[in-house]
Amino acid sequence: MRCHAAPDIPGRPMPTATEDFVRGIWKENPTFVQMLGMCPTMAITNTVKNAVAMGVLTLIVQFGSNVFVSMFRKRIPNEVRISTYILIIATFVQIVDIGAEAIMPDMHKALGAFIPLIVANCLLLGRQEAFAAVNTVWRSGLDGIGMGLGFTLGLSTVGTVREILGSGSWFGIRVMPAGFEPWAIMNMPPGGFLGFGLVLLALAWWKDRAARRAAVRSALGRPAATTALEEVTV
Amino acid sequence: MTSSTTSGARETLPMRDDSVPSWQLLLTLTVAGAIAGLAVVTLYDWTRPRVEAHKAAVLREAIAEVLHAPARADTLWLSNGKLSITRPTGDDAKKAQRVYLGYDAADKPTGYALQVVEPGFADPITLLIGYNASRRELLGMKVLESKETPGIADKIVLPSFTTQFRGRVSPLTGIKRDESAKMASDRSAVVMITGATISSRAVVRGINRTIAHWQPYLDAYGPAGGTSHDTLAAGGKR
Repeated sequence: MRCHAAPDIPGRPMPTATEDFVRGIWKENPTFVQMLGMCPTMAITNTVKNAVAMGVLTLIVQFGSNVFVSMFRKRIPNEVRISTYILIIATFVQIVDIGAEAIMPDMHKALGAFIPLIVANCLLLGRQEAFAAVNTVWRSGLDGIGMGLGFTLGLSTVGTVREILGSGSWFGIRVMPAGFEPWAIMNMPPGGFLGFGLVLLALAWWKDRAARRAAVRSALGRPAATTALEEVTV
Repeated sequence: MTSSTTSGARETLPMRDDSVPSWQLLLTLTVAGAIAGLAVVTLYDWTRPRVEAHKAAVLREAIAEVLHAPARADTLWLSNGKLSITRPTGDDAKKAQRVYLGYDAADKPTGYALQVVEPGFADPITLLIGYNASRRELLGMKVLESKETPGIADKIVLPSFTTQFRGRVSPLTGIKRDESAKMASDRSAVVMITGATISSRAVVRGINRTIAHWQPYLDAYGPAGGTSHDTLAAGGKR
């Protein structure tokens, strides 16, 4: 049986558990940095509630399949790994689909065809290949939760923009003044692109501003490069 | 290169000594598939009663709404060209079309609940209507499923649209908002939603088509067929 490549680059210190966990939430956020899983990002972010539900379901699948792939990583021959990973992912998606129908039927109906489509979310297979296949169960589990939370954060951020503009509410609670005329387009598919674009624009502006401020600071000879900058320069 | 190949003097490539035998690849996939199948089927069987119970509750609630809280409702199955209270056996049971007949507390039939499925602007719109077959009168309407354009055509689920169907006579005709004065004189008129004409017309078309399909079967069915509905005459005032 062929072994997988060594998990870590020699000479680089082993990432801590916190780093494994936090990576997906911020530094390698699936939505804003890796730009993976765009289909649910566009389709299922019309309300924050839908976005959170989709994020949590993806988290469960990501965590479960990460743990399983990692657990059997030395038993799965390289030659059939894609089929096996996809089978593991698909099984978890099916489990989540059946479970959601039994536990929260209304939400299951609202998410409709997008639960089965979690199978085709490239974030999942991407993490199996890049991480779970070469790391321990513990680290893969943390990575899965981190990535899932990052994805949930990404979806709910876009969902926040879309729901406030499209329905004048947040998580079903009215937040806009009574005179506010909702932008119907934000509830429709183009609203997905608009909402996502607005969030990316805001992030890019913020990163740019932080970089410029740091540049000014270092030019003035003050202690430069805050940790905050490193965090935003993803 | 080519000459060496044609001359037959091939160099043997170094064989990978760590190659996995085919049976092991097959075994991996077989075992993974079996475990996956077992997990999915077990969970499916385990959750099925709960899911079915929920679906039945949703349907019961919808029937209660369109027939205005009947004391009970029977399911009638269409088999061999007529309605029957007995459930068809075998494969037919799943495929058979059905209607629901509501009764009041005095066990008099109050009306049928019919399901309507009609292609809308986006996806099929599913409705449930309450219907008095002898008076050809709608008793109520509820949208069960609609994926019509959010913010515009999803208004078909709002009471402002659905409540006007009560007391309307089949076949329905859709009229524009500025003609709504006709509602009083024309008992078949329903007011369409401005900006959602396709969706609201789909609702009217679907209801008309469904009633046209069922009317002969409902007329032929004894208990609540051609006879008058005293209970409705008393309770169905507009």
